[in-house]
Amino acid sequence: MSALSREWLLSEQPTSRRQARLGQVYRTWLSLRSNWLAMVGLGIIVVLILVALFADVIAPYDPLAGGDLRTARLLPPSWEHPFGTDEQARDIFSRIVYGSRLTLMVVALVAVIATPIGLLVGTTAGYFGGWVDTVLMRTTDIFLAFPRLILALAFVAALGPGIENAIIAIAITSWPPYARLARAETLTIRDSDFINAARLQGASSLRILWGHVTPLCLSSVIIRVTLDMAGIILTAAGLGFLGLGAQPPQPEWGAMIAAGRRFLIDFWWVATIPGIAIFTVSLGFNLLGDGLRDVLDPKARK
Amino acid sequence: MALADTSGEGRASALRSFSVKAAKLILSVAVTFFGLLLVTFLIGRVVPVDPVLAVVGDRASQSTYDKVFIELGLDKPLWEQFLIYLQKMLSGSFGESLLTKKPIAEDIARVFPATLELASVAIIIGTLIGIPAGVLAAVRQGGLADQVVRVLGLVGYSAPIFWLGLIGLLVFYASLGWVAGPGRIDIAYEYSVTRQTGLLLIDTAMQGQWAAFRNVFSHIILPASLLGYFSMAYISRMTRSFMLQELSQEYVVTARVKGVPEWRIIWLHALRNAAVPLITVVALSYANLLEGSVLTETVFAWPGLGQYLTNSLQNADMNAVLGCTLIIGAIFVGLNLFSDLLYSLLDPRVRRGR
Repeated sequence: MSALSREWLLSEQPTSRRQARLGQVYRTWLSLRSNWLAMVGLGIIVVLILVALFADVIAPYDPLAGGDLRTARLLPPSWEHPFGTDEQARDIFSRIVYGSRLTLMVVALVAVIATPIGLLVGTTAGYFGGWVDTVLMRTTDIFLAFPRLILALAFVAALGPGIENAIIAIAITSWPPYARLARAETLTIRDSDFINAARLQGASSLRILWGHVTPLCLSSVIIRVTLDMAGIILTAAGLGFLGLGAQPPQPEWGAMIAAGRRFLIDFWWVATIPGIAIFTVSLGFNLLGDGLRDVLDPKARK
Repeated sequence: MALADTSGEGRASALRSFSVKAAKLILSVAVTFFGLLLVTFLIGRVVPVDPVLAVVGDRASQSTYDKVFIELGLDKPLWEQFLIYLQKMLSGSFGESLLTKKPIAEDIARVFPATLELASVAIIIGTLIGIPAGVLAAVRQGGLADQVVRVLGLVGYSAPIFWLGLIGLLVFYASLGWVAGPGRIDIAYEYSVTRQTGLLLIDTAMQGQWAAFRNVFSHIILPASLLGYFSMAYISRMTRSFMLQELSQEYVVTARVKGVPEWRIIWLHALRNAAVPLITVVALSYANLLEGSVLTETVFAWPGLGQYLTNSLQNADMNAVLGCTLIIGAIFVGLNLFSDLLYSLLDPRVRRGR
């Protein structure tokens, strides 16, 4: 029974909750696997994670300390430096490799901060209704009334530049759509029989919200977060490009583009290559997100 | 619109329900706007920079410091400060820019036409290409046009706009020399054009300065195409999905059975019905261009609102940052309201409360 076999996972009569849940995940995986574009996206993200994990092994040079400033500055791509070197004689390939850590960190932290806020606000508003709903959703609307990048810019301006503040600012501007989604999901289940049963048994509102409502909202919110990840990466890169995100000498991809911009015309690789990295990674998240949505939410497929 | 709604009574009740809806919308916009003010006020309050030091400098004596502290109203309770802030903002005075030493409202009025011109050319490009592309994609689902729209959309959602801008400059300006470089107009023409509307394309055309017009055009075409590309990606995707919905309706089948030519069905019947929601989409992407313009203007040294905002950010000019944020937020809300109202005015189903 504990063997993770295909038959056990696809069993029509699961004998435990764990088996049912794992079976569900396995079925999702099977239908996702048939979508080759989503698999390409997944591949890109797996490569990104591996590169970030093994950056020390992969990168041939130090990302922060440059080589000889007299001979190794702004070298074009070659066998020694696959992506060339920048104005401080640093190997661009190594910087890109280490930069993947910053990108992953931004995405992960924003998701970890924004998702719970969105879930909390949305489920509370949907479950209690009335004035709680009005106040919470009005607040959400106000945040949605600013274009995201502009609001993030204003927050970073107030908090001061830096990657931590950029993460906070992006998280503050990311939660409203999740709150809306969680509220909509909550509205559809709050009057169902099993919620009423739990209430009649004397479960507290907190327990119902946390134990019964939130788990049911989780999957659609997670899809939405995956779909948003490309946007998060682009916003972080934009902040970095404007000099408000990661500060030099950190190898953040957006900041690298900003640095290479000054000698774009003579030394094109310095600004172009980090852009390719940003593009590839957000393409990966977009492809995977689209695939996940198609599998888990067939209604949205057109 | 095609509904037989000729009786005066029906029209009056439709008008009434429209005005009720409009009143509700305007009320909710007022609440949102109040929220915008509150959020910008709070952002201004979390600034780690001491606002007094920003005014007097760090060598001022304690008595000067205290004087300014009281002048700025920082001794009053927070809610009273907010009321003062509210009063100032609503009277249209955003304070003075630390950088230009001018009132911020004046600065914004000066730079805004540049952004307006850029965004308008961009939205024209995006709409003129995006709608036909979306229609073609919907007509032949899975065909070539559909694939192209899909790929263009994916690239648009994945590529950093500032990076595409730099590549555009590298290819079309530096290598091919097809377009003019950063900036809005060459220095040679800078003072020969009298600014009437502030929109240089219109100004030069009205004054018959065609050499300057060509110069302005070759400056604007690259950044506007770039911004337009991002709206096109969105507009074509939405057009495709609206058209798919319309083409599966029964009136399309009826028209086909009656022998109406296919191009008439697609471009006149179906597209006309899809046009109403499309107006909302175009208005929304126009609002989104404001966001894209911040990064684009930085890349192209375009002297508009986006560049003003970035400059203020880099110089920690908090008043100017908040002023810009507020203005952009207000335009965003305004365009949303406008598209909502237009939608309910144009779509008889919405107008009659479904």
